Amino acid sequence: MIVRILGEGQFRVDDAATAQLNDLDANLETAVNRKDEAAFTAALTRLLAGVRANGAPLPPDTLEPSDLILPGEDSTMDDVRKMLTDEGLIPG
Amino acid sequence: MKGTAARMGVMKRVSLVFKAKANKALDKMEDPRETLDYSYQRQLELLTKVRRGVADVATSRKRVELQMNQLQQQANKLQDQARKALSMGREDLAREALTRKASAQTQLDELQVQYAQLQAEEEKLTVASQRLQAKVDAFRTRKETIKATYTAAEAQTRINEAFTGISEEMGDVGMAIQRAEDKTAQMQARAGAIDELMASGALDDAVGGKRDDIQSELDMMSANSDVERELAMLKGELTAGAPKQLEGSAPNGASQGTQGTQGTQAYQAPQQNQQNQQNQQQQQAEGPYAPQYTPPQQAEPVQPPQQGQQGQQTQPAGAPGLADEPQDGDRS
Repeated sequence: MIVRILGEGQFRVDDAATAQLNDLDANLETAVNRKDEAAFTAALTRLLAGVRANGAPLPPDTLEPSDLILPGEDSTMDDVRKMLTDEGLIPG
Repeated sequence: MKGTAARMGVMKRVSLVFKAKANKALDKMEDPRETLDYSYQRQLELLTKVRRGVADVATSRKRVELQMNQLQQQANKLQDQARKALSMGREDLAREALTRKASAQTQLDELQVQYAQLQAEEEKLTVASQRLQAKVDAFRTRKETIKATYTAAEAQTRINEAFTGISEEMGDVGMAIQRAEDKTAQMQARAGAIDELMASGALDDAVGGKRDDIQSELDMMSANSDVERELAMLKGELTAGAPKQLEGSAPNGASQGTQGTQGTQAYQAPQQNQQNQQNQQQQQAEGPYAPQYTPPQQAEPVQPPQQGQQGQQTQPAGAPGLADEPQDGDRS
């Protein structure tokens, strides 16, 4: 599975790690739904760390689409909300 | 994966947004192979944009750096002023200088944080630019292969994959540029505000050469103390000179101090005129500065009133200090 961390690049993550990442992702979503910024930051940090720990960076010249895309490290909850609702945020 | 329609995680939703974006662009193309050329043009444009973004962030960072230097100089200067003011016994002025220094320091601290952010943006954008370059190169190769090898129908799947891959990267880089532009704009607004603040004198702008009231007060105090010192010196000379004048001016023999001396001067005037003429001749021979070298003995009985009135008639008698006394001219 290929996971992109926005602003950082793509990682090939072992499928065995998927369950763990999904749990972390669930925490992230819960934080977004509760509008809990602190919990969001903590959950995002853990999720990104999980991807980096379980994944190997893809070479820059690969053109493979990612299966999953994650907001970058310094994203705020507001950034993510905009990303999901406002298409204008992602150019192209 | 557990992600379903009922509970879809953030990562899945973000990637769906990206994919939807790419599919929408793909759907617009009638011949999929056109998509390749069109996309490639967009990629080159984006590469140009991201490189310009790197340059813009760097410019902004340098401006912040410059301002940080100015603020640092300012803080140092205010520190010196505080020290100087305190040594002159002006605690109030020292306090004012330190208050402004604290204000400059606060600005400096904030700028430092933002400087670090800009530096991080610059690095990220540089890396993004390199990554995009690598992908654009890969895409160009893939594009030529696809066009040469496959018919429009056969090419569809491969084009979709390459297009989705590159458009994801482009979306990512585009967002990075957007964020860098926002940061740069914020930074420029802030830098402009600090420039204004410095120009207003609120931070006491020594750097811009604008009004600097602490410095001018210190200068004034310093100048005042110079004046006081010279004044004291002159008074000392006058007091020392008074007994000698008594010898040559009987009528006012009893007079002491400044008043007495000046009274004496008036009476002595006729005698001095004679001497003045002699001296003037001497002066002409010796040049304008000659009187200053005249031995002190000659100076004793002679008084300065005429000097005040007629500058060219500088007397040898006028000890440099006496000649400077403003009252002399007024009284004669």
